[in-house]
Parts: sequence; structure tokens; C-alpha cells
Amino acid sequence: MLIKLTGGTVYDPASGIDGKKQDIYIHEGRIVAKPNDDRPVDKEYNLSGKVVMSGAIDMHTHIGGGKGNIARTLLPEDHRQDPVPRSIITRSGTGYAMPSSYVTGYRYAEMGYTAAFEPAVLPINARHAHMEMADIPILDKGGYAMLGSDDFLLRMLTAKKDQKAVNDYVAWIINASKCIGIKVVNAGGISAFKFNQRKLDLDEKNTYYDVTPRQILQTLATAVKELGITHPLHVHGCNLGVPGNVDTTLDTIQGIGGLPMHLTHIQFHSYGTEGDFKFSSGAAQIAEAVNKHKNITIDVGQILFGQTVTASGDTMIQHANHKHAHPNKYVCMDIECDAGCGVVPFKYKDQNFVNALQWAIGLETFLLVDDPWRIFLTTDHPNGAPFTSYPHLIRLLMDRSFRNDMLATIHPEAQKMTTLGSINREYSLNEIAIMTRAGAAKIIGLKDRGGLGPGNWADITVYTENADRQKMFEKPDYVFKDGELVVVDGQVVHTKWGTTHIVKPDWDASVENELKGYFDRYLTMKLGNFKISDDEITEDGRGSLTVHPTKGVAL
Amino acid sequence: MTEINEVPSPFCGAGTDDLTIQVDGTSLKVIKNGCAINTPAFEQPLADTQPRVNGTITDLATAVAKAAAILQSAKQPLLGGCATDVNGMRALLALADKTGAVVDHMSFNNARSNILTLQDSGWMTTTLAEVKNRCDVLLVIGTDLESFTPRFFERYLWTDAAMFLENPVQRKIIYLGQAPSGNASSSPTGQDAQVFECTQDQLPEAVSVLRALIKGRPILAESAGGIPITDLEVIASQLKAAVYGVVTWCVTDLRFDHAELTVQTVCEIVKDINDQGSRCSGLPLVGKEGEQTANQVCGWTTGYPARVSFAKGFPEYDPFLFDSQTMINAGEVDAQVWVQAFNVNAKPLSVTVPTIVLGRSGMAFEQEPDVFIPVGTPGIDHAGHAFRMDNVVAIRLKKLRDAGLPSTAEVLTAIERAV
Repeated sequence: MLIKLTGGTVYDPASGIDGKKQDIYIHEGRIVAKPNDDRPVDKEYNLSGKVVMSGAIDMHTHIGGGKGNIARTLLPEDHRQDPVPRSIITRSGTGYAMPSSYVTGYRYAEMGYTAAFEPAVLPINARHAHMEMADIPILDKGGYAMLGSDDFLLRMLTAKKDQKAVNDYVAWIINASKCIGIKVVNAGGISAFKFNQRKLDLDEKNTYYDVTPRQILQTLATAVKELGITHPLHVHGCNLGVPGNVDTTLDTIQGIGGLPMHLTHIQFHSYGTEGDFKFSSGAAQIAEAVNKHKNITIDVGQILFGQTVTASGDTMIQHANHKHAHPNKYVCMDIECDAGCGVVPFKYKDQNFVNALQWAIGLETFLLVDDPWRIFLTTDHPNGAPFTSYPHLIRLLMDRSFRNDMLATIHPEAQKMTTLGSINREYSLNEIAIMTRAGAAKIIGLKDRGGLGPGNWADITVYTENADRQKMFEKPDYVFKDGELVVVDGQVVHTKWGTTHIVKPDWDASVENELKGYFDRYLTMKLGNFKISDDEITEDGRGSLTVHPTKGVAL
Repeated sequence: MTEINEVPSPFCGAGTDDLTIQVDGTSLKVIKNGCAINTPAFEQPLADTQPRVNGTITDLATAVAKAAAILQSAKQPLLGGCATDVNGMRALLALADKTGAVVDHMSFNNARSNILTLQDSGWMTTTLAEVKNRCDVLLVIGTDLESFTPRFFERYLWTDAAMFLENPVQRKIIYLGQAPSGNASSSPTGQDAQVFECTQDQLPEAVSVLRALIKGRPILAESAGGIPITDLEVIASQLKAAVYGVVTWCVTDLRFDHAELTVQTVCEIVKDINDQGSRCSGLPLVGKEGEQTANQVCGWTTGYPARVSFAKGFPEYDPFLFDSQTMINAGEVDAQVWVQAFNVNAKPLSVTVPTIVLGRSGMAFEQEPDVFIPVGTPGIDHAGHAFRMDNVVAIRLKKLRDAGLPSTAEVLTAIERAV
């Protein structure tokens, strides 16, 4: 079937197209060049006056895995307020802060998103994460395998194993857990909490292992680079949420020595200690450092006011924060000599000084970082706010007067502590398209996604131009996934199953000899049973694997 | 005859995956690393493989059509049992969504004590490998650990090595409540567990006072729940002094009203110790009859654990109202599907309403259900996935033989399509 999208205004930063009227042709799921022959167009959509972008890609959102399901189970009261009935096309479920899997897929698609990536896949929980993501309709998905507090790596570092050995282990893990990137959460800190350390600075040693977070980050960032994995090491830094952590973050950027590194939800890592409340914005310093260091990418982890739930691998910090739980309940788990998780419900309040300033710090970061290819739009769903708040966030970025109206309503002391009101920048549609499409695909390493040039998969979102950007982005006219029309006027009209994006870097098979002994001696599962096989993803006929290339870097 | 190694078990809750099983046609024999739970569950002989409608043998298509007709005409169907693998649960929830059914896992009344605690105040827990490598003090509350998981001590405590303990045999084991039924808790060097015995109905008081002692509250009484305060102080001081204490309980063994309040007190003890500056973790023992699998899949599909009604067209959760026994007794259910792919002895509560059973081959009935479809057992007859007791670990179940039995998911999906 040949589909033609006629006369839309196209924003396709991947091809350098910034708001140009252009027709798009779709054939067998992919975008194709205008056919040379006189083949008839089977279906045409008149998009005159509409804005056309590729499907949006969320590069950091907690949509699959154990902590999400704990968050769901923990908060029945949150779902009760947001029941989602079944329709002829869609399954029932529940919203809100941590929606059920089907609702997650529908609501993302209804905002024009066609792919989402779970950033914290514990290797031991990867099977669960993939099964859960397999029940998210429409979207493509993938995950970043979490390392850095796993005892195997910490033992390797303590034993001063060489980089090659670490590389083999990292490659083995990413293959065994079917992931596309590597993530570190509070490097070594989840392990340190198991040894009863309650804080861990960048150069502080784990009391058991002779290892610092800085070493872990350097070793893993090197491994990711040497293995040719496109997505840079994805880092949730030390000291999340701690006033003064801006220095840690700046030190982390400096310390990585030019290696590619992605600092996630950087808003939570950009706090100073100035002012009457000893809590201030470090966004300007962070933005300056990011602007200067081209090896660094970030996503923001914007907070937005209201009830949500925080779900993180960072047990050390989550345990410390349980005193702020709202409602007052929380879960912390130490997990399988692999990592951990902490789930703490949170309510961000605009009349709370700290929360109000967190809101402003996130926005300052967005507006002070120059290069939209190196910053990504996230709320760290659900930690800063549920993903459903993205259209509101886009309006805050694109509409200065709206932003300043909102600024005028937050805690007055927080207003005094932010430069937000003096920042004139408004994001353009092209910049939004970079942050949420082309840039995201590039940083994850997705081939044939995130662009509208011929050869790309036809993941396409069509909006009606509207000065109210929130309204525009919350209700696309059309969303195509792999060339199939899945959303019309912000409603799912058809569902399908997306693919799972992975990489398969090479590794030396001998790494399994040592791992097998380790598994047999210390773990509770056999090595052979730990590895996820391809058929586990594909056997139900719905799932598929898409392997993306690694860079041919000589080791 | 073949031998299959490293077979994971869906039966014991611990996801033991070091079994060696000999397969001879359709008969299985556990030849290595069996236990009182896994060995009979794997070796259960294959019996009927053909479906029955009203007691008469028929083909699968006819049985599926009959099942669909029963559900079609029902106003309030119930999908009970829910003892199956991940794909079976997926199909069960799809069928429930389509028919407006109530979904209720057979163990939910037990699981509820844990879930109510989680939903009211949360908890801090750990997993089996952390226990194996870190636990230096294990406190067992009101539970006969070795009858729940026969190989628990062998696999996780009396190990040759532990990463963070110099001498794993020196771990301290303390029982509060019932005494252990055997001697698995005695260390390889002959050190017996400390046992502080009380009866079931005394346990809530003993646990409450233990919490008070851990919080440093003054206690004037000389005993609590029949246990001298000095003994409870011994428990409290050992738990507080532990490098990595673990407190475990099995709700099935807590057979008194409002056990959730005692579970909550246990979980608060763990939190108190962590807030006081030491490490301690809980370990709820669950996971049999597909309980954890059902709660996980239902969790991501609906937002709630496995006691959910779809009657209004969307999932509603009520841990009491949607109790299938209560609903059947009150005449609120007019058809039921009972799914039990693991255990021939776990049968529907009552067959007073039109009943469809998807059961493990060999299930015998006092009163024949309207439809009986023998289904394969996940991990024996087909591959699949199941969740372990410690919540985060899912195991890949293997197919060991081909007996021509359909999976739960295949049958439920066929019924769903026919409705």
C-alpha cells in the first residue's frame, strides 16, 4: 500500500529540514522517496496547515521492570482515580503516576510518541522488564542494563582486572539482558548501602571494596566506548537531591576526561547551598559545563507539581528520602548482589520552597543549554512527573509569557532564587523535534528511526499548528507507527506491537568460564538460566528484536 | 531416555534451578537436587490428556466452544485459581477484560496480609542471593521455614561460601513462634537454632513487644506472648547487632485474624533498625501455585495485585469484596473458570455454578465440572516464565517432554476468541 502525506509542514532535523512544505510517501512500513512510476496512491492524507514530525522517542522513562510494578502495587489509591475502560480496540487498565502497561502504550501514542526506553534494567530483573514491556502496545522499546553496584564488577575492579576483561563482562551483560545501553545508578552506592554506608561521594571508597564511584564511571565509560556501543554511558550521578551536589556533578563531568557520558535527570544533581534555606540553583554552572564539554549529553528530569511516585535503583538516596514520602509509605529492596530499588511516593508542591526551586532549576537547565542535540526532554517518568505532562512541559519551554505566569505563582522565596524570569529563550518547533526525535534517536543509536527521510521506518506524528503548544502536543491529528495509522485526533484507533531495540557487541566467550564459577558459588541462578534467549522475546509472535550496529572501533 | 540439567522449578517458590531430571517418554524422574516439594510435583504421572464436556471425552475445539458458551451467557464470571505461568496469566487477564470477570488468585487471602502491609506502610526487603552472601542473623517469625522451602538452609545459609561472611556456618538462626519441624536449621557444625516458642495466638503480642524493645521503649511486663521479656531482649539485641539481619515469615503459617497487623509490625521492626543506623531486611516467603506470577502480571496489566474485578469495564481492586469464596457463597457469581496448571489437588472451591476447569492432567473431581480441559504444566510440558518468591527474579521454565497438552495460554486465548 502506498500512502501519501500531502502538503504538511515538515520538521525533520535528521535531514536538516526546519519547517518546509513537503510530501511524504509510505510504503510497506517505511518512508520512501516519491515513486518514479505512476503507481497510484492508495491513501492520501491532506496535511495542509499541519505540522509533521517523526514519532517522538522518550530516551529515559521508567516503563518496565520490578520497581515500576512495586510502585503500582504500592498505590492502589492512585489508580482508583484514573480508571481506563476497555474499548473495542483497546484493553482496560489504569492511569496515573505509574499507569498499567497497556495504558502506558496508548497514552504515549496519543501524545505522538512511538518509542520509549527503560533506563534501569537490572540484569537479574531484565527478563521481567522485557515481559512487562512486551505488554506495552504500539511503542518500540528497549532498555539500558544497570551496572556499577553489581558485586561481579566491583570484585573485578578490586582485583585490578584489566579494561579488556571489564569490556568482555559489559558486553556479556548487555547481550544476556537484551539491552541497548549501559546505565550506572549512584556508582557503587547501591552496593555501599548494603554495607550500611548512607552516603558516597565521587572519591569516597566503598567500605568493603577498594573502589570509588569515579573509578567505576571511568571504567564503564571506557568499556562502552571501546565496545562501540553508540549510547554513551548513562549516568545517574552521586548525591542525588543533596544540596551542594552541583559540585559533585561538575566534578563528574571533569573527571570523565572527555569520554562520552550521558548525565540523566540532571535537575536532581544541580543544587547549590546558597541563600537563607541553604538550597539554590546550580543550573547555570551545569549548563556552562555542558555547553563547554561536547562529550556530555544530558536529560533534565523536570519536576512538575502534583502527586507522583519516585522509583529508582538508588536505594541509598531513596532510603534517606523516605521521610518525605507522601503518602507515608515506601519500599526499599536489596537485590541479588546486582543492585537495588527504592520506591517512595512524592507530592511536589508549588508552595514548597524546595519543590518550587527544583521546578525552576529544571527549566533553567533546558533554557541555558545551547545545543538541543545534547539535551533531552524528560521528567524521569514517574520520578519528576508522569510522562503525560510532556505537552505542558513543552509549552513551558516554547512560551515565555506562559512560563512567567507560572513562575509568578510559585513559592515567593523560590522566585527570588531563580533567574528563570530573566531568560528570554523560547524553544522552536525544530528544537523540540531535535530533543524529542532526531537527537534522541541519535543518542540511543537507533538506525532508521527518528527521521523522515526515505529508508526510515514510518513513525510519524502530525499536529495541528496551535499557539497553545500544550494543546497542540497533547492531541496529534495522526500518529503512524511503522506506517500503520494508530492514532487519530489524539485517540488510539488501531494497535500493533513495536519492536525491542538492542545491540550485540562482541565479547570473548572465555568470560563465561569465570562467570559460571561465580554464579555457581555465590548466586542463586545458573548462568545458563540467567541469559535471556531471543525466543523469550519473539516466541509469542508479538515481539521482535531489532539489532543496531555498534561502531567498528578497534579494541 | 534423556537427562536434562539445570531445570528450574515453578513449584517451590524459590525458583530452584539446579535440578536434574530424567525424561522417559512422558514420565519424569528427579535424579538430582530434588526436595519434598519439587520431586513429587515433577514426578506426578501424566494421566488424562483429552478434554471432557459433562464427563464425556471430546476434542479441544468442542470443549473450548462449550466454555465460551458458558461464559457468554454468564452475568458475572469468575476466573479463579490463576495458578499458571506468565503467558497463562496474560491470557487469563485478556479473557477477564473481555468478559467482565472477577480475577482472584487462589492464595490471595494469604497474600493479602503482605499486600495490605505493603499498601499501608511499605517495607524493606531483600532477595535470596543477598541472604546467601550477607545474612549473619536470620529471624524466623511464626513459620516452619524448612517445610515451606525444604532446601532453604542448604541453598542459602549453610553454603560453602558467602561473599561477605568469613564463615557461613556461624550464621545465627532464631525462631520466634513455632519451633522448626526438623533440624535443617542446625548448622553443619552442630549449632542449633535458638527457639523462642509461643503459640499462634500469642505471636502478635510477642512481635509487638519485640518492636517496642527494638525502639527502646520501657517494658514493665515480665513476659509477652508467653515469652520472657529477657528472651525477647536477646532477640532484639542480636537483630540490632547484626551486620545484615534478615527477618522472614510466611503468611500461610500465620493463622490468626488480622495477621496483616503482625506482618506490619514485623516490617516496621525492619524499618526501625534501618532508621537506627544498621542494616536489616525482610524476606516474605511466598510464590507457590503461581502466586507471585499472578500478582506481577496482574500488577502491570491492571495496576493491582491479583484480586480484581473487570465487571465495570475497567479493573477495580478490592482485597475483600472480590474474594471468590465470598462471592460464590453470596450467589454473586454465575460461572467460573478454574485455572490450576501446577497442582492436581488444588481444585475449585465449589461447583455450584457452571464450571470450567483448566487443570493439570490427573486432576480428579468429586463432582465433574461442566468442562474439563487438561493443560500442560509450565516448566514440564511447555516453556514459560514464572516469578520467584523474592519478586524481582523471573525464571525461564523449560519444556521437558511432549505429551500433546496445550498450554493454559493457548486454551484461554481460544476461549477468548470464541466469546
